[in-house]
Amino acid sequence: MARGPGIELGIDLLRFGTRVLFQDFRLQVAPGETLALIGPSGVGKSTLIRILAGVERGFDGQALIDGQPAALAPRPGLVFQDARLLPWATCAENLALVSPEASPATIAEAMAAVGLVGVEEDWPRQLSGGMQRRLGLARALLVNPQLLLLDEPFVSLDRAVVRELQALVVGLVARSRATAVLVSHDPGDAARLAHRVVLLAGRPVRIVADLALDGAPEQRSRDMVLALESRIETSMLEAVP
Amino acid sequence: MRPARLGIEVWLGGLSVLMLLAVWQGIAMVLDSRFLPSPVVVAGHIVFLTQKAHLIPDFGVTLARAACGFAIAMVLGTAAGIALGRSRLVDRLFLNWVVVGMNLPAIVIAILCYIWLGLTDTALVLAVVLNKTPLVITQIRQGVLSFDPAYDEFAAAYRLSRRDRFWNIQVPQLVPYLLTAGRTGLSLVWKIVLVFEVIGSDSGVGFRVSLFFQFFDLKGILAYTTVFVCIVMALEHAFIGPLERRLLAWRADRG
Repeated sequence: MARGPGIELGIDLLRFGTRVLFQDFRLQVAPGETLALIGPSGVGKSTLIRILAGVERGFDGQALIDGQPAALAPRPGLVFQDARLLPWATCAENLALVSPEASPATIAEAMAAVGLVGVEEDWPRQLSGGMQRRLGLARALLVNPQLLLLDEPFVSLDRAVVRELQALVVGLVARSRATAVLVSHDPGDAARLAHRVVLLAGRPVRIVADLALDGAPEQRSRDMVLALESRIETSMLEAVP
Repeated sequence: MRPARLGIEVWLGGLSVLMLLAVWQGIAMVLDSRFLPSPVVVAGHIVFLTQKAHLIPDFGVTLARAACGFAIAMVLGTAAGIALGRSRLVDRLFLNWVVVGMNLPAIVIAILCYIWLGLTDTALVLAVVLNKTPLVITQIRQGVLSFDPAYDEFAAAYRLSRRDRFWNIQVPQLVPYLLTAGRTGLSLVWKIVLVFEVIGSDSGVGFRVSLFFQFFDLKGILAYTTVFVCIVMALEHAFIGPLERRLLAWRADRG
């Protein structure tokens, strides 16, 4: 299976009103790499995800996915912070919308892969928060993305669900060899999922640390994850006094 | 809605109607006046008017006029409302027109249409459309302005086609506003069609009620009013209510 695309992001200037959010910001992601962007709330992590998804275009610079502008690149699998399911569509319809060619059996399989069985005809409001996130993840994976964008996908979920979803994402990304960008403020997410961690801080946003993590995420032991988590936390404390 | 809950609601609705009829019957018996015939007398008169007079043709004409005016106003108002909601330029150019249209007295519009086009059905339907359309535009425009940009972002990220965005993202967000516009519109259209028939038509329920008025025929007025109310209630319970429940089944308050 082919590896996911490489990413080259260069933001000369991005401002919201009079506030300069990014200036001369550069970031590369290697094909097949899982990059975690870690930083405090409001630093601009989600904006980067929106740029890579081709949704945010109001900036000077360019976001290239395998050399193509992000808006013209093949659609990514995007997992939103708030699941962002269409409340007026059933769970199955939510998935069918992004992949009209998928048969009901394929949709049921995609849902089963994230642990959702027998809820195809339910409304999203009938699912718990954790189940909604799973459905959002199933939707992202159904498009067989070569680029997976995860915007705080585990925030405000209980620990058991987080661990389960993390294991799921690690396995799926490893199998598909997709490139993935994960946004989080939790070093634990990065330690479990990423090959590389970029710490963001400041205004305009700058990269305060760029850490390559040892070992493939799918092969990391619990102790290794804890050690990496500790290393990331230390870097955060050193980089952002 | 669960069948048991639906059953209870149907029973409560029926009980409510029976209570209303009982109150009417009671007051009519106490007053014993020719100015307030009892429901039993009115029911008998409805049968008489149906068999021996013009009740069915009158309602047929009025319903056709109301349906035409309503359908045209909904289509025009929805298209214009979307245009105003989506384009700031169109909104700036035409919002004042809508405000003027909403505040023009219905009777003035009817009289002008009758003067310009004569006492014709076209004039009547046009007057209904001119009265109703600004209201639809306002409600649909409000619906479009309340679209959640988060869904547009989702649609853009997943590269949904324009067709999919329209039918799966925009229309569902507009449905509650369309239903409100439809429901309020229907009640408004009924009323104004009747008023316009009174002032400039020689057929229909409004015209007939004005004749009853000239003869102080309370039985006739109440018979037509009762049939009118029954038709509105039947539309509500057989068509609008089920349609609303079906289209808004996804909402917690309708499930």
